[in-house]
This record gives sequence, structure tokens and C-alpha cells, in this order.
Amino acid sequence: MHFLRRLVFLPLLLLVISFLAFLFVRLAPGGPFDRDRAPASPEIKRHLDAKFHLDEPLGRQYWRYLADLARGDFGPSLKYRNHSVNDIIKQGLPVSMTLGALAFGFALGVGIPLGFATAVRRGEWPDHVGSLLALLAVCVPGFIIGPLLVMALAVQWRVFPVALWGSPLHAVLPTVALGLYFAGRIARLMREGMSHTLAEPFITTARAKGLSHTAVLLKHAFRLAVLPVVSYAGPLLADLLTGSFVVENLFQIPGIGVFMVNSSLNRDYTMVVGLVLLYAALLLVLNLVVDLSYSFLDPRVKYE
Amino acid sequence: MSCAAHACGAFVSARRALLSARGLVQSLLAALTLAVVPTGCTSSALRADLVIINGAEPESLDPAIATGQADLRIITALFEGLTRYDPRTGDPIPGLAERWDYSPDGRTYLFHLRTNALWSTGEPISAEDFVYSWRRVLDPATAAEYAGLLFYVKNAEDFNTGKIKDPTQVGVHAVDARTLKVELAGPTAFFLNLCAIHTYAVVPRDYIERYGDRWLMERPSKVSGPYRLEAWRLNDKVRLRRNPRYWDPARPKTERVDLLPITSPATALNLYETGAADIIWDKNLIPSELIDILRQRPDCHTFDYLGTYFFRFNVTRPPFDDVRVRKAFAMAVDKERLVTRITKGGEKVASYYTPIGTANYQPPQGLDHDPPAARRLLAEAGYPEGKGFPPVQYLFNAGTGGGARPDNKIAVELQRMWQEQLGVNVALRQLEWKTYLAAQGRLDYDLCRSSWVADYNDANTFLDMFMGNNGNNRTGWKNARYDQLLRQANQQVDMARRARLLQSAEAILVLEEVPIAPLYFYTGFTFYDPAKVAGIYSNVIDQHPVDAILRMERPPPK
Repeated sequence: MHFLRRLVFLPLLLLVISFLAFLFVRLAPGGPFDRDRAPASPEIKRHLDAKFHLDEPLGRQYWRYLADLARGDFGPSLKYRNHSVNDIIKQGLPVSMTLGALAFGFALGVGIPLGFATAVRRGEWPDHVGSLLALLAVCVPGFIIGPLLVMALAVQWRVFPVALWGSPLHAVLPTVALGLYFAGRIARLMREGMSHTLAEPFITTARAKGLSHTAVLLKHAFRLAVLPVVSYAGPLLADLLTGSFVVENLFQIPGIGVFMVNSSLNRDYTMVVGLVLLYAALLLVLNLVVDLSYSFLDPRVKYE
Repeated sequence: MSCAAHACGAFVSARRALLSARGLVQSLLAALTLAVVPTGCTSSALRADLVIINGAEPESLDPAIATGQADLRIITALFEGLTRYDPRTGDPIPGLAERWDYSPDGRTYLFHLRTNALWSTGEPISAEDFVYSWRRVLDPATAAEYAGLLFYVKNAEDFNTGKIKDPTQVGVHAVDARTLKVELAGPTAFFLNLCAIHTYAVVPRDYIERYGDRWLMERPSKVSGPYRLEAWRLNDKVRLRRNPRYWDPARPKTERVDLLPITSPATALNLYETGAADIIWDKNLIPSELIDILRQRPDCHTFDYLGTYFFRFNVTRPPFDDVRVRKAFAMAVDKERLVTRITKGGEKVASYYTPIGTANYQPPQGLDHDPPAARRLLAEAGYPEGKGFPPVQYLFNAGTGGGARPDNKIAVELQRMWQEQLGVNVALRQLEWKTYLAAQGRLDYDLCRSSWVADYNDANTFLDMFMGNNGNNRTGWKNARYDQLLRQANQQVDMARRARLLQSAEAILVLEEVPIAPLYFYTGFTFYDPAKVAGIYSNVIDQHPVDAILRMERPPPK
């Protein structure tokens, strides 16, 4: 019931978000057609504004936008005038999603085992080494890791391509550059969750009942310990699926991450609103999924 | 505890799968393979014969709409006009027009189109196509930002601003299928240069009328130039393919060309170094920290370029409404130091505004670097040794998208120079690009970093912007004598007389009134290995027609 109610509220929430995005981007100084070279006459600027309805009152512009949105049309891009926002999303989103999913998989695939292992061997040398690695992964930013990886593995030793996108080999360095930070975060979260859970009384009970070490760890402790990771992973996935500016810029990957930042800098009104809506929709859906999974993972959690 | 569900986004695994670590790994692998398979399926992974790093992503490939340099480099390969750029000198040479005549007063041109000029789909290109294309640029419905470049044609400006509603009054008409008559608003010494600009290119009427804004995406692509548009993926590449119906069988020299929109200088250099790209031809892609090292390399080709880096004074408010203060500030700057210590690209110091190498022109001498004279002028204006000087700000923009700009360093250097030489304290004000443009446009600044690059090879492109009502003036400065000199100059057919008039006008600009202070002229950079790439030359307008470029060895299989 709770979830159905949230599903119903989703479109309403998106509507409010669309209006706020629509308003805020227009409040910023400067417009989409401001350039270093002013056009030869002010009429030219007026023609441009008229063509894209920027001279109309805000309310009418927003209504027009909603009417297009109802047909699934996010509108033309104001900067890339031969493309519509739909084109750009259609071209770029699958690429960003691929990279995001790979980085997500990498972050989970490296982070969870690392966190698990360091928690189980708490206080011993694997814990020290593992925790240090996780800390390094969190502290060194992506725009340092990326170029370092490129320098070492693409320029010095030509193992991987330097940039661009096209074959599975192209995906390796960007995945690592993007996923490493989150792997570190997840490792630390996992370690915390695992340590906390292992100290719970029910674990002592399980051991007292004679369950094997692995059964205790994997069957009982893990599903509770992974909860912090699950709450972190939901929004993380939304973030990763919509692309990363730094990594996509560095490796020249044709995703939408670059557009998410540049559209604001370019005052590309339609693109900003379209991408904000996309990101918000993903985030809201994934948060819902996370909350759903909570109710499966932990029966103490109940929703009205 | 009950069983669990996986929070891995789109791939929701079965409850039981999550209970075991093995299940986790399996579901991850499934996700990975599913993700990688579409990645590997792109056929565009095959390297083209020639790969050029072009700089920014083109905003549009429509000749009537595009304004950026990255855009027009691709457009001139797809759509040709009456003239085109000579690859060596950048001068206008016959394009789709094989010859032309013009009247003695310079106001009427008659262009004779080639008999073998065909669209890529096979139809002949006619003079009517040109009439349509130029009218389309001027049509208010097209909202072409560069319509102003066609204002030299009779009645063009009035049609664009709406004073005239009838497009047939614009001074371009088809005498017959192969002859185009153009009437100009006045004698225009650089008209043939203008005809090579992408805005003047011929576009396919039937495609535009049938497909509207998506006409470029239609296949087979209908173009008038040496290349067809094969693929265009944003932030990935533009792929060009030879147009077999182009009028010159000797061109283009390369079958397939990729143009990459790289904005990060490090990535550009890495791609070039590893052989993934053959040419880098955007000077913004040279990391400023490495300029002096990179310049030594044999594959780095530098050349004088028609662009000026300068700063504007806001003459509408004190203290810069006083010409003595302006001159003092201009003369206190050590431009030699700027180009040798800060930009380090071999730029030439500028005391006047129109760059070295501009055709048919001798610029006047401007103000020298003369700190004692500057101090004297400042004292005369009422601020001896800078005492009592009001707080002022130097406005400049933040770099966009990873480009390596020395703007910050230059700003700091200027601040220091004015402090040391004049004793005045200038604050630095850095704004994000669009905010900076908005502030400059409404004259909300004291000093403002600026630059200008030539649209065509003539002094007019640098000087007409400071006429009183020109939208690119942005200093608040108006001078009736300057405007009159420019108008007179552009009525001249005698080139020598014209040059003298322009020179007198520029002398007002850089010597007498000084609403701007030029700092240096840009240096162009192109990276290519002359042993591997031929047909690309350095010229002052930085035009390198793609159809002349040839890669001389087979690229390694990728």
C-alpha cells in the first residue's frame, strides 16, 4: 500500500521538479544565444528568441513545454540546433548506462568482498592493508586516478586505448577510473555493517547453536550487514547511470554526463530540464527499489 | 531474518541467488556481459583513413545556422560556395563558380557556375539553388546568427530586419541556370573572401523543404561539397565520406575522414601520440604549461594568425571616461613579458589592433610600452602615483570544459604591472562564461578581457566592430570621425586609398582615443607529421580544407 502510494506520487513529484528546473535555469544570467560575437543586428537576436518561443511569458513557455512532454518530446536543444534533446538522450544514455553499470558492478564486485574480508579479519594485517587500500581509493579523486591510469596503461605500456569508446577494451580504464572511489566507499560501508552485525547477540546465539563459520557469516550476518551498502547503492546507481562528467570528458566517451554539466553552462534550457527530469526519475525509481528491498532484507522494517 | 532482494538497479536477481556469494558474482557477470555486448557492436570502431582532432563539438552543420570554427571546418567540406579557400594561402579561389566578372564600380558581380557542378544525389546545382540558399540565411524564420555576413548584398539587411517583406528584392538573382547576378550594397573589397565563408554555401532546397530541421540526417546525404556526411554522433565523431559526384575528380584526396570533438588538451595529445589521430588543429588544445616544450617539436607547426587578444575599457564611467587614464593603463603593460613569460607560444606583441598579415593593409603605429609617460598621464588626470584612484575591476571569464587558457595568469600579471608601474590597485573579477558575456554586454565592467578573430582576411572585420552602433563594440565608445572614415573606406574601389582611410581610422582607435588596449596577436598551432600527412598548410586565417589533406601511409589496423 505504501509503495503504491509512492508510485502514484512519482509523476506529481516529477512535475514539481520540472517546474523548478525550468524556472531556475532561466533565472541564471545570460541566455543560450549569448556569444562572444554579437549578431549584426538586434533583429537577429529577436528572430532567435521568437523561433524558440523565448519571448513569450514564462507561464506560456512552461505550458508549451508540458504539452510537448506529454507527447514524449523533450524539445529541441538550443545549443545543438540539429539535434533534439530526445536525440541526445537516445545517443548518449545507453553509453552512460553501460559505463555506469560497469562501474557499479566493479564497485560492488571489489568493494563488497574487500569490506567483508577486512571485517572478518578485523585487527589483523589483511584488515590494515585492505582498509588502507579502501581509504586511498576514497581519497584520491577520479581526475587524478584517470590520467594516472592513462599514463601508465595506455601511453607508457600500450595495453589499453587512450580514449574514445567502441570496443570492450575501451571500457576498462574508464570503468576503473569511475568505479574505484565507490569501491572504496562500499568497502568501508561493508566493513562497518559487517563488524556491527557480527557484534549482535543473534550471531552469538547462532554460533552457540553450533552453526558452521561460513553459515554464520554468509547466511546470517551478510544479509543484514549489506543493508548500509544497499541504501548507498540505490542513489549511487542513479548517479552512475546518468554519466560522470570527469570520466566522460577525460576519455571522450559519448555519454550524457558531459551534457549534464555543459547544458547549464550553455544555458541550454530544454536540455537542462530534460536531463534533470531524467536523473530525477531514475533517482526516485531506484530509491523506491531500495526501500522495497529493505522490507525484504530486514523483517523488522515494516511500511504502513 | 527473511530472504533478501538485490539492490542492483535494473537487474533484480532472485531472492535465493543473493543468499550466496556465488549468486552475487553470477548476477554481476550477467550484468557485465549484457552491458559489454552492445558496446562492442559498433562498426564505427574501425579507424578512418584520416583522423583529425577538431576541438569543440559542432553545434550545427547547417551552413545557415553554424557560427563556431569547429562547425565551419566540417561544413566547408560538405557544402561549397561560389569560391573556396586555397589550401596554401587561404585566399579565395574558384569553387562552384568557375569564373566571374564584376562591374568597374565594384557593385555588381556575375558568377558563372561550373557545368559539372552536381549535388551528391546527381542533380545539377543551379543558380536558383544559390538564390534560395542566400535568401534562406536572411529569412527571419531561419534565425541565422551570421545573417550579418550577407548584409553586404543589396537590401539584405532590410529583408532580414523586416523593413522589406519581399525576398525577391534582395540583390541576388539567377540570370539563367548557370549564371548568378549579385548586386551589392556598396563596393566590397573582400566580397570574394566572403563567398568562401560557409554561410554563403549552397544548400539543397528539396531536402530542407521536405525534412525541415532534420534534413542533415536524411540519407543519402545531399551535399554540394567534396564530402558526404556519413555519421554524426555527438561527443563521439563526425565521419565524412568522399562525394563521388564532386566536380573536381582530383579531390578529395582521402576517402574517409573522422573529425573528433575533443575538448581536453591532455586527451588530444594522448590520442595524437598513440597514433589514434593524425592532426590536431585547434590551438585551444595545446596545454599552456607545455607550450614551450611542444613548440620545439618538428611536428608542431606555428603560424601567425588573424586574431587579437586585447582588453576593453568601459568609457561610459569614471575613471576610464578620461582618455589620459586609458592611455596610462595601456602604456604601463609590458607586452613583451606577457608573450615571453606567460603565453610562451611565440605570439607577436600588438601595439595596434589589426593583426600582422592582414591583406592589403598597413596598420598604424600604436602606443608604446612607456611607463614614465604613463605615470605622467595618470598624474595629469588627477591621480599622481595612483593616489586617490577609485577601485576598479578587471573582468575575465573562467575557462570552459578543460581548455588550457592563460587568461588567469595574464589577469594576475596585468594586476601586478598596474600596481608596480602606476601604483593603482585593480581587483580581479572572474565570472563564468555566460555571466561574463552578459556583464560585458550591458557594460557592467571597468576593464574587460577580450579577443577577436577574423571572419575573413580584411581589416574591416577588425575595425567595423567599433563603429558606434555595432553590437560588438561593447565599450560605450562612439566617434563620428571613426565611423565616417570607415564608411568612406568601404566606398573605395582604389585599394591603396582604402588602406589609407582604414589606417587613419585605426589610428584613432589605438593611438588617439584608446577605448581598447591590444596585447598580442594569436599564434596558430597545428600538430601533424609532415612525413605522414600532406596537403595541410599554415595560413593566416587558419583554414585547412579537408579535401586537400592526404595521409601518406596506411594507418595501422585497429
